[in-house]
Amino acid sequence: MSALDELRELEFATEFTGRHIGIDAEEEATMLRVIGVSSRAELIAEVLPPSIARIHPMMLPEPVTEQDALSELRMIANRNSVLRSFIGQGYSPCHIPAVIQRNILESPAWYTAYTPYQAEISQGRLEALINFQTMVCDLTAMDISNASMLDEATAAAEAIMLAHRVSKSTSEVVLVDDGCHPQTIAVIKTRCEPLDIEVIVGSLTLLIETTDCFAVVAQYPSTTGVINDIQPIVDGAHQQGALVIVATDLLALTLLRPPGEWGADIVVGNSQRFGVPMAGGGPHAAFFACRDSHKRSLPGRLVGVSVDAHGKPAYRLALQTREQHIRREKATSNICTAQVLLAVMASMYAVYHGPNGLRRIANRTAQLTSILASGLRSIGWGISGATAFDTITVDSGENTEVILATAIEGGANLRRTSNSEIGISLDETCTRADVERIWSWFALTPGNIPDFDTTAVRSPSLIPEPQRRTTSFLSHPVFNTHRSETQMLRYIRSLSDKDLALDRTMIPLGSCTMKLNATSEMLPITWPEFANMHPFAPAEQQAGYHELDRQLCSWLAEVTGYTGVSLQPNAGSQGEFAGLLTIRAYHRAMGEHHRSVCLIPESAHGTNPASAQMAGMKVVVVACDERGNIDIDDLRAKCVLHSANLAAAMITYPSTYGVFDNRVRELCALVHDHGGRVYIDGANMNALVGLAGPGEFGGDVSHLNLHKTFCIPHGGGGPGVGPVCVVDDLVPFLPHHITTTTPTPNGPRVGAVSAAPLGNAGVLPISWMYIRMMGSAGLTAATEVAILNANYVAARLAPHYDIRFHSGSAGVVGGGVAHECILDLRELKEATGVSAEDVAKRLIDYGFHAPTLSFPVAGTLMVEPTESESLEELDRFCDAMISIRHEISLIEQGEWDRDDNPLKHAPHTALSIAADDWKHGYSREDAAYPVASLKTGGKYWPPVGRVDNVHGDRNLFCSCVPT
Amino acid sequence: MTTYFTPEHEWITIDEAGNATVGITDHAQEALGDVVFVDFPTVGFAIDAGGNAGVVESVKAVSDIYCPVAGTVTEVNDALSTDPTTVNSDPQGAGWFFKLSGVDPSALDGMMDEAAYTTYLTTLP
Repeated sequence: MSALDELRELEFATEFTGRHIGIDAEEEATMLRVIGVSSRAELIAEVLPPSIARIHPMMLPEPVTEQDALSELRMIANRNSVLRSFIGQGYSPCHIPAVIQRNILESPAWYTAYTPYQAEISQGRLEALINFQTMVCDLTAMDISNASMLDEATAAAEAIMLAHRVSKSTSEVVLVDDGCHPQTIAVIKTRCEPLDIEVIVGSLTLLIETTDCFAVVAQYPSTTGVINDIQPIVDGAHQQGALVIVATDLLALTLLRPPGEWGADIVVGNSQRFGVPMAGGGPHAAFFACRDSHKRSLPGRLVGVSVDAHGKPAYRLALQTREQHIRREKATSNICTAQVLLAVMASMYAVYHGPNGLRRIANRTAQLTSILASGLRSIGWGISGATAFDTITVDSGENTEVILATAIEGGANLRRTSNSEIGISLDETCTRADVERIWSWFALTPGNIPDFDTTAVRSPSLIPEPQRRTTSFLSHPVFNTHRSETQMLRYIRSLSDKDLALDRTMIPLGSCTMKLNATSEMLPITWPEFANMHPFAPAEQQAGYHELDRQLCSWLAEVTGYTGVSLQPNAGSQGEFAGLLTIRAYHRAMGEHHRSVCLIPESAHGTNPASAQMAGMKVVVVACDERGNIDIDDLRAKCVLHSANLAAAMITYPSTYGVFDNRVRELCALVHDHGGRVYIDGANMNALVGLAGPGEFGGDVSHLNLHKTFCIPHGGGGPGVGPVCVVDDLVPFLPHHITTTTPTPNGPRVGAVSAAPLGNAGVLPISWMYIRMMGSAGLTAATEVAILNANYVAARLAPHYDIRFHSGSAGVVGGGVAHECILDLRELKEATGVSAEDVAKRLIDYGFHAPTLSFPVAGTLMVEPTESESLEELDRFCDAMISIRHEISLIEQGEWDRDDNPLKHAPHTALSIAADDWKHGYSREDAAYPVASLKTGGKYWPPVGRVDNVHGDRNLFCSCVPT
Repeated sequence: MTTYFTPEHEWITIDEAGNATVGITDHAQEALGDVVFVDFPTVGFAIDAGGNAGVVESVKAVSDIYCPVAGTVTEVNDALSTDPTTVNSDPQGAGWFFKLSGVDPSALDGMMDEAAYTTYLTTLP
């Protein structure tokens, strides 16, 4: 070892890799023995086809320690200059209650949880989401709200898709008011164009008189701050069978007559200002509420109330059949992820402040806005519109540039609404000093500043009488109880205690990659330089974010083997959609508008066909063999049949069945031969990083899930980030944004797919930290260990369960799998009546979150342990699964009744175990403490018994339960 | 009245006047599991053979209902809106979905009768 090497060793720059990866060398040796191979390299050689191995080694910066990475990122953050924002346009500064920031945003009990598919271990966040839904319904006066959307712009686009489906009008036109936020209009255009829906932007009041349409979209209050009377538009739209979509602001609705009261059909918006940082554009929880009659067309997640096995109320995700994994190409939305963590924060903001607190905040904001407007008028400025809640637009004329520059010198951004208008938006953090400062920037002659007190007394409310809210809201006790911080703290804790997240147990969810979300990766997201940036602040103030974007894109390109990356899509589904649009734009630029067929294997996740449908493509399904691999003969036949019209083929690699197909190069070449482009779904990228790059083995486009492979926590069901990565000749077509200034803004590029140019910018530091601390060697080791851990689980469970799909490697116990394995329980169900769901629920009694249930094959469990779990935890899981298999054998042997056994009644609550009338044919100890480790290691008690799905969907109820 | 069956697991009966009743088969309700919701076609609408005639939804699946023959919808089984469990308990009786008028009896030519449908079920994977 050279002196230099020794020094490097002392610096220990690779320490983090050892923290991220759960096993050490000794444990690895033990595991390799169980698998039956001599080294990790031998295992990888057994399961990974040599034909896909990387041609060019991955070249990332050498890793640094946690401390050094934080210092380096701090330098990047410092290049952002965060000015006081008065920009508005859908994003407002706010006070994040510290009790919420510390105990939710910064609490792994909340941010490391998964989407609440397993209702019994998710009652805490399901309750918080029910609060969110109730809050949205109350404030908008609508019948039903979902559990959040990705952003306001995509929510508006989704609303148009719903309207298109349910409207009785035959028109293919949607009218969009020019008072909508520009980013909303941009995303609407991107989403409507492939479906041949015509978007007409203008004054709704005029358009509705003359133009047939199936829906109208209005903003209330408008982007320039005006509170319009929308009633005539509602009446006009309804007369012609069109639906009325309103984008609105929850804080304004505490004072304004809510859209539900004047007949809106769908109401959308952003809840960011309810205690969530602007974060350069996201993540925030947008919302979507509609009439009861449209509830079965509602996109996204919906939480409902059902009952558990003991007849007690229990929460669960409702109406899941609406979702794309079931409807596939018939789905009208491809949304999987919500923004749960942020929806929880926003709902807690309402719990914390209550209706009176929210009204007080809104009144203060409205009053300051009125004083601001009076003062500006008194010094000679014209304000457009006589109404306002928190935003006014000043006719600044030729002084626009000077005033904007003066404000920046004074440390604040105003909005350049147009070349002759300046927008000013106030918020909960504003004070009289802010108003006086704004006046000073508009006082072109020094000293011409109005007096605050005298102006205040002659500043009437700018909310017109007919638009004032007269109805109450948030009357449920949950919004009127937790007023002291002690109560609030305990409420938050009581909810998180009900849930199982990564801070308590491994979450072996196949296809979800529940790996470590390191604390050091999480720290930077609340740094003010990242958290307090407005997404439309001038570009020169966002140099830090741009540098983060540039570095992360170049690293992700290196990881995937592609050339260009866009970080704009704010979920995997949105990355898919953006990727397919990029392919579509390419074909059109080549003059091949007719290429619209998208080949999708039948084993694909339902989001694939849903995204293809949204991108205006025609889905043609390709058969798979019994191992889940694409049937190459069928692919060839379909390529030939659709050769002239082939746009793309979507492949998941390794397949959704968790197997490396060694013919993937051949498959890609086949599609290329027929003029199609290959989309490789990056959902399973955790099996490839460092070993193979989709851009090298034949892919043209991939999306990544940064919330899987690159450590952004799942947040209980969002946020996600779904970058789209493309090969060289597709780079010119990647999505742009309204803030992008290109010589040909309407050139070949795909339009905006997210409200903000960098999508969920605020969580990008997490992935940056991960890659920076791991480096090429660390990331490659992580992939290898992820594969090793999956094969270890497969090897240990193979004697007990049928490992459904494997590569058939003779030298590997369990047959050799990629980074996950599927346990087939269908034969056991035939023999014993025990279903995969029973096993999933029984795992709760053992203290585990179940693996993925019935995806991609019904009646199976898919296990993905990831690289972050220790051997001890892997063994605890395998022991639990083996013990459960033993329990099933007791049913097989007739020792336990087919209907009365711990599996059928799982999970067991403490209350049911303690009940005096224990009537089961198995003991309480068998029920609650089936393995010894539970007696010493602490026991998780589910707050409810098995939740009744059928009852919930037959008796749909999606708000707080009346007390 | 003979009951006829489609490969999509729907059944249809028809009287001499050309009035038909349509529902899903016992096999279909078994495959769907607990039905939670049925969406009907609009009364008064004319639907083509093979046209979309609503949706049946269970906790785990959602299936389109196709109109086996051309006709005009005269009645839908509103009782299923309040109690969709009838689809599970009596799919080929009280769990009927909708009625059609103006059906050409020859449209049933070539459709499976009960024996043929039972044989057809054995051919499914």
